[in-house]
Amino acid sequence: MKTCKDISSLLSDSMDRPLTKRERWAVRLHLLICRHCSRFQKHLHFLHKAAERYYPTENDKHPPS
Amino acid sequence: MLGLPIENKIMDNNQLNNHRTILLRYALLQLHDEAVAEDAVQETLLAALQTGDSFRSESAVRTWLIGILKHKISDHYRAADRHYSLESSHEDEDPNEALEQLIFDGKGHWIGSPSAWKCPDHALEQDEFWRVFEWCQNNLSEQHARAFMLREMVGLETEEICQELAISHSACRVYLHRARLGLRECLEQRWFNAKRK
Ligand SMILES: [Zn+2]
Repeated sequence: MKTCKDISSLLSDSMDRPLTKRERWAVRLHLLICRHCSRFQKHLHFLHKAAERYYPTENDKHPPS
Repeated sequence: MLGLPIENKIMDNNQLNNHRTILLRYALLQLHDEAVAEDAVQETLLAALQTGDSFRSESAVRTWLIGILKHKISDHYRAADRHYSLESSHEDEDPNEALEQLIFDGKGHWIGSPSAWKCPDHALEQDEFWRVFEWCQNNLSEQHARAFMLREMVGLETEEICQELAISHSACRVYLHRARLGLRECLEQRWFNAKRK
């Protein structure tokens, strides 16, 4: 059985590479029963989105007056 | 835009702009000064445009450009007479090994389980959030922060990050994961679960 620690690490990997079939199943199964890791997954996507916007938003902060 | 003749075989205008954005993110996070970062990027692109080298792929160009930029950045630090090393610490020596022990217990369960974040997208519209985001990034260990930045902001592939940081693939994976764990934890405490007026 994979722990939350293992799954969180795979979830992080999934942001950087495609998971193998076996890994995908392990993750999917775990997420069905674990809301903590489900949240973690959402948070990873949020971090990705935030990081992508980080610079442009910094700049957009200075609207032409 | 740059007032340069860009009839160059290395890149067209569009590519130049893309590279410029990426280089600027990189420079900004290392130099923490917009004007200085702009200068370093400008110099990098000028240097790049003056050489006639050609490359097979976009990503080869980007790696090459980042290489030039790194020199510009270390020149800057050398000129400023500050200690700055682009050489990274040795393989797999992770300065922040303890992080996971704060987040998971011995059985691999979350210690403080992630909470549900309310309207996360709303945060992206708030200036205050970006200050927290920056603070949290600065709070990561430098190696973790760099790995995260290169991946999520600069958009390099893991392979390129390993090279850039001179670490193994598995270390790279661990750094990225720890950076995300740390950043997530920090944002949760400092923003999503923080009491604000
Ligand atoms: Zn879990």
